[in-house]
Amino acid sequence: MIATVSTLAVAITLIVAIPKMPRWDRVKKSFFNGEVLGETFPKLLDAFVLDIKIFLWSVPIILFIAMLVAVTRNSRSPALFPLRILAVVYVDVMRGVPVLLWIYLIGFGVPGLGLERPWNSPLLWGTVALVLTYATYVSEVFRAGIESVHESQRAAARSLGLSNAQTMRHVVLPQAVRRVIPPLMNDMVSLQKDVALVSLIGPIEILRQAGIDKSKFASFTPYVGAAIIFLAITIPMTRTTDWLLERERRRTSGTRVS
Amino acid sequence: MQKVVKSFGANTVLNALDLDIAKGEIVSLIGPSGSGKSTLLRCINLLEPIDDGEIWFGGIDISVPGYDPNPVRRRIGMVFQSYNLFPHMSVMENICLAPVRVLGRKANDTKAQALALLEQFGLADKAKSYPDQLSGGQQQRVAIVRALTIEPEVLLLDEITSALDPELVGEVLDAVRNLRNTGMTVVLATHEMSFAREISDTVCMLDGGVIIEKGSPESIFTNATNPRTRQFLSRVNSR
Ligand SMILES: Nc1ncnc2c1ncn2[C@@H]1O[C@H](COP(=O)(O)OP(=O)(O)OP(=O)(O)O)[C@@H](O)[C@H]1O
Ligand SMILES: [Mg+2]
Repeated sequence: MIATVSTLAVAITLIVAIPKMPRWDRVKKSFFNGEVLGETFPKLLDAFVLDIKIFLWSVPIILFIAMLVAVTRNSRSPALFPLRILAVVYVDVMRGVPVLLWIYLIGFGVPGLGLERPWNSPLLWGTVALVLTYATYVSEVFRAGIESVHESQRAAARSLGLSNAQTMRHVVLPQAVRRVIPPLMNDMVSLQKDVALVSLIGPIEILRQAGIDKSKFASFTPYVGAAIIFLAITIPMTRTTDWLLERERRRTSGTRVS
Repeated sequence: MQKVVKSFGANTVLNALDLDIAKGEIVSLIGPSGSGKSTLLRCINLLEPIDDGEIWFGGIDISVPGYDPNPVRRRIGMVFQSYNLFPHMSVMENICLAPVRVLGRKANDTKAQALALLEQFGLADKAKSYPDQLSGGQQQRVAIVRALTIEPEVLLLDEITSALDPELVGEVLDAVRNLRNTGMTVVLATHEMSFAREISDTVCMLDGGVIIEKGSPESIFTNATNPRTRQFLSRVNSR
């Protein structure tokens, strides 16, 4: 009840106060122009398909690389020591630099080597940069999950004669993955947004399309349109994540929900 | 086991410990907290590498570094104080994991065998339950069944009742009595003195990293010669 009243109060204040600001008219015309929105929105949606495509291609590859890296880093066999070092260096280097910079470096750098078509596409290498960077973020999430599985679970599995690999596959990973689904979803929401960064090196996806339309109509409305499209995807994802988190919290704190 | 030494850093937990266990024998390990009972059991199952000494099992020294531990663990079952069931698997999946994955059994055969064992331990209706839907006593009995389905030659029980509410202890001890009749070789660490006395063929008193006294339950509990054993028993009994 109190929450509803206070929400309403804030909403009314915003609705009344913002239009009273001195330049509201000009902002409204530039950012919230219905006509421009109507004209540009379909094109934006079309361009957004590329974002979705990049996203859908990236996710499985990211998960695969991330899992490989996480398992390697968690292995204890001395024979894998060089691989472990390699994994640590890879993660540290990729995570230590902004995604955007990697997209520039790999997206312009590799095609610059003079490869043949289609291997010289900035779209391809920009996506590779995105995948390689996000794989390290996600590998850290997986690693935290693996480490959260108590040592006694491994002891129990090993005492039954399961090998290291079987213990990982049947006992540790299923528990680890279940636990990290909410933070994993968080990374996926970020990825969905960061896909737009690939546009900065060429491909016409939604953000770039909005930029083109902005110049054409001399209006910022296309950016607002792009924002609306992003929100339509990311808000449901975020809400689902919160719901999963809440469920996980309830489950682990002992109250059983059936 | 001969002259087994195990240290964690500067802390020497097992200090040239000798112990012989005969086939079909039930051996209890008693001793103060921190005396190394759990560590000893973990060493037998090769969950901890030992620093010195030998562990012979069926004519082979299994403690040699680099010896593949998995075949040995298949022949040794272990049950832990905290049950350690796999929470993401049902009771049936917990039990069938090792027979199917390790021994390469057919899932159907294993299930039938598992059901028979569950029945025997009073758990027939729990096959489809998940560990968090069971009481502690039920979970521990499932853990015993899980250890049994790899058909071990030796069973190691590490204080399997000490995490349980007193009224649940009985059912788990019954399960162990049940085992005795099958002729299983059992090594158990326990704080339940009356149970150790009832079930064991041999009782070993651990202190300072060695077995300071070893004998039949009668001789240990009524007639201990070592003053430290006497002291420990009187302290336990007065609780
Ligand atoms: N993984 C480990 N790392 C370091 N020290 C350990 C480890 N496991 C056991 N210890 C030490 O070894 C000693 C013996 O521990 P252990 O668990 O074997 O005793 P216990 O006889 O089983 O005791 P309790 O009756 O309390 O279970 C303790 O001093 C303990 O601190
Ligand atoms: Mg112990």
